[in-house]
Amino acid sequence: MSAAVQEAGGYNFAYLDEATKRMIRRAILKGLAIPGHQIPFGAREMPLPYGWGTGGIQVTASVLGPRDRLKVIDQGADDTTNAVSIRRFFQRVAGVKVTTRTAEATVIQTRHRIPERPLTEGQVLVFQVPMPEPLFRLEPRLAETRRLHALGDYSLAQLRLYEDIARQGETGSSYNHPVMVNGRYLMSPSPIPGYDNPKLHRSAAILLFGAGREKKIYAVPPWTEVSSLDFDDHPFRPMLAAAPCAFCGSRDSYKDEIVSDDRGGRVFVCSDTDHCRENQR
Amino acid sequence: MYVAVKGGDAAIEAAHRWLAHERRGDTALPEITAAQLREQMALAVDRVMAEGSCLDRDLAALALKQSRGDAVEAAFLLRAYRNTLPRFMAAEPLDTGAMQARRRISATYKDLPGGQVLGPTFDYTHRLLDFALAAEGAALPAPEEDAEGTGPMPQVTGFLAGEGLMREEVPEEGGAPPDLTREPPSFPASRPLRLQALARGDEGFLLGLGYSTQRGYGNAHPFVAELRVGEVEVLVEPPELGFAISIGEVTVTECQMATQFAGSREEPPQFTRGYGLIPGQNERKAMAMALVDRALMARELGEEATAPAQDEEFVLLHSDNVEATGFVEHLKLPHHVDFQSELEKLRSIRRRWEAERIAARKEAAE
Amino acid sequence: MKPGFHDPVLDAQACFRAAMEAMARPGRVQEIVPPEGIPNALDPAAAALLLTLVDADTPFWTDAGEETRGWIAFHCGAPLVPPGDAAFAVVTGALPPLSLFREGTDEAPQDGTTVILQLRHLVPGEGWRLLGPGIETEHRLRVDGLPEGFATSWDARRAAFPRGVDLFLCAGTRFAALPRTVRIEEHG
Repeated sequence: MSAAVQEAGGYNFAYLDEATKRMIRRAILKGLAIPGHQIPFGAREMPLPYGWGTGGIQVTASVLGPRDRLKVIDQGADDTTNAVSIRRFFQRVAGVKVTTRTAEATVIQTRHRIPERPLTEGQVLVFQVPMPEPLFRLEPRLAETRRLHALGDYSLAQLRLYEDIARQGETGSSYNHPVMVNGRYLMSPSPIPGYDNPKLHRSAAILLFGAGREKKIYAVPPWTEVSSLDFDDHPFRPMLAAAPCAFCGSRDSYKDEIVSDDRGGRVFVCSDTDHCRENQR
Repeated sequence: MYVAVKGGDAAIEAAHRWLAHERRGDTALPEITAAQLREQMALAVDRVMAEGSCLDRDLAALALKQSRGDAVEAAFLLRAYRNTLPRFMAAEPLDTGAMQARRRISATYKDLPGGQVLGPTFDYTHRLLDFALAAEGAALPAPEEDAEGTGPMPQVTGFLAGEGLMREEVPEEGGAPPDLTREPPSFPASRPLRLQALARGDEGFLLGLGYSTQRGYGNAHPFVAELRVGEVEVLVEPPELGFAISIGEVTVTECQMATQFAGSREEPPQFTRGYGLIPGQNERKAMAMALVDRALMARELGEEATAPAQDEEFVLLHSDNVEATGFVEHLKLPHHVDFQSELEKLRSIRRRWEAERIAARKEAAE
Repeated sequence: MKPGFHDPVLDAQACFRAAMEAMARPGRVQEIVPPEGIPNALDPAAAALLLTLVDADTPFWTDAGEETRGWIAFHCGAPLVPPGDAAFAVVTGALPPLSLFREGTDEAPQDGTTVILQLRHLVPGEGWRLLGPGIETEHRLRVDGLPEGFATSWDARRAAFPRGVDLFLCAGTRFAALPRTVRIEEHG
């Protein structure tokens, strides 16, 4: 028995059995070789519910090793309940070192945000993905979307974008706005705010995406061209609250809007808690 | 000044302690045992076992106790446990024809070889609350034993097949059936894959879909050729032995529905079979499964497929309650980052809309 | 037969991370901790990749002899198949034409074969100029032991994208990867 098996309290290191890890690892490698293409994989039933990060958890579990330092964020924060729960899961089943500091982390699992601090070469960012198919609101049938991806036919998405602009003067999606990867595949960036989309472009880190319930894995290698779907005369314009952070004063970070009283009072604070903490020093 | 909310860790710990307390309920009352659930809440246990895809009534009972009686949560516990078990081999197909049936009825024949066996059923009970059950320790009338036991019970669909009136089932090519717990489903799906998904699908979802086929959404005119409940042996054939050995028996419910098929250029008019097989005793679900199985055969039979129950992507991707509950309930997770983007987006669109209206009014006034 | 990895769980994890880095950063040379008791025909890097990625679910093909086939069958449990059906191929001699391997379909390009190829030398910092996803400006890699005209034929095959094969180039305990997206310039 591997020493790692005993350490994890009866379960294999990082919970998944080795055959499952191999299957996921093969999918990750093919994902990197075909940037933005969704690889079907035999997602397992995890001890956390589908839709709560099981895809990200399976990817992280297949990547993680004893030399890693793991950071888990949800909505940009380390102390949101689901982030706490997932971090505890990995501490329990992998005995892995954890951190809340973006700069120290080697593997970061995230839901709905990309950290503000630019990621570096030694880092892997693992996204939890609820709906990997960027076309699902336009075409719910998987057999059909698979065909459209094969043809590189994204006219449905472009048409929707055109209609939004014609009707309301701007794109309809403020988060989970689809991106083109390396000029070939339309990809869901997961429900990150549009503000984070540009961080996908030529990132120094490896970006991995796991969708457990939908049983798909995809990836973006470092330095890959990633562009938000838009038109030349209507470039993609991410939304950002204009107010500075009430804690650190930052104007260019993504904010949470907090309702502070029932008379319309509002406070804006950084969504990325580590970034805010660093700014306050 | 605003102070950020912290302490997710402490909140989770406290919530779990509270949950354990609620689960136990009033401590003045004796704690229920998993064995009591297994014996006295047998149908709830069977449902959990079937939807949890783990044929162990003791574990299903434990899961039901842990989940405070929430069947879907219990199925989820069982699935997550099952996923950690080693896999040794696939069993031989169950021989339901050799079943020791406790219950066996056919709606298509008045009498038939092996007979109609009503067995332990709610059918023909009057649904009046039995207040005697509120008092414990009531004497139990002994069930009447059939001294002769049941003889062999050949399957009803076999009689029709003998006459050439039941469509022949041709085994799928390509050896071992697919395993949707290991491989993601792909579409179009084979019938073994569909049956697998339906067998562990949500009872309520299948019931509604099956019902819809009776109401014109799918054009089915089904007959219950046979419904049987009982124990069957599970056989495996280890490669080193070269012959099959029994590893125990399981209770299953099997339903075979006969539906007329108008025929095509290649195939004569005949009956087709909708098939339902559910671990444990669950006639409602076995029947619903048979109805949906038949509806999903539309493509193979060249029938027009317009109803929800005939749409295999729709049925198979939404029948799993562990997947469904996870995604529906994930809406409870914080979404304030995406909501914030949505808020800013709405404010921006709204400003533009108002500006345009003012401009339009001005124009009209001039 | 001796065990492959000293620690099957953690050594496989370390090797996978190296493989992931290799595939994410084409042409960057990675180093592995060599497994024990490997057949003479296999480089430690190729053996480590096999132990990490190949199992009963991945049919494989190799040009290597009985000893290597037996070792792969024992350690990985992978069935031996013709090259056109292989998920993984291990090439220890001369590289056959890549068209021998499967390249997947436009709907399932991930079915393209992963070819593990053994070479004499991998020298970073000189030789080929590599461009494409995973590469900030350019990566340099000199590869000794590939057939004449490899770079030209590789480039011709890129037109089939997303279909294609992906390569791991192994030499001793070192390896690098060429995913199907990489562009190779021989003289730059």
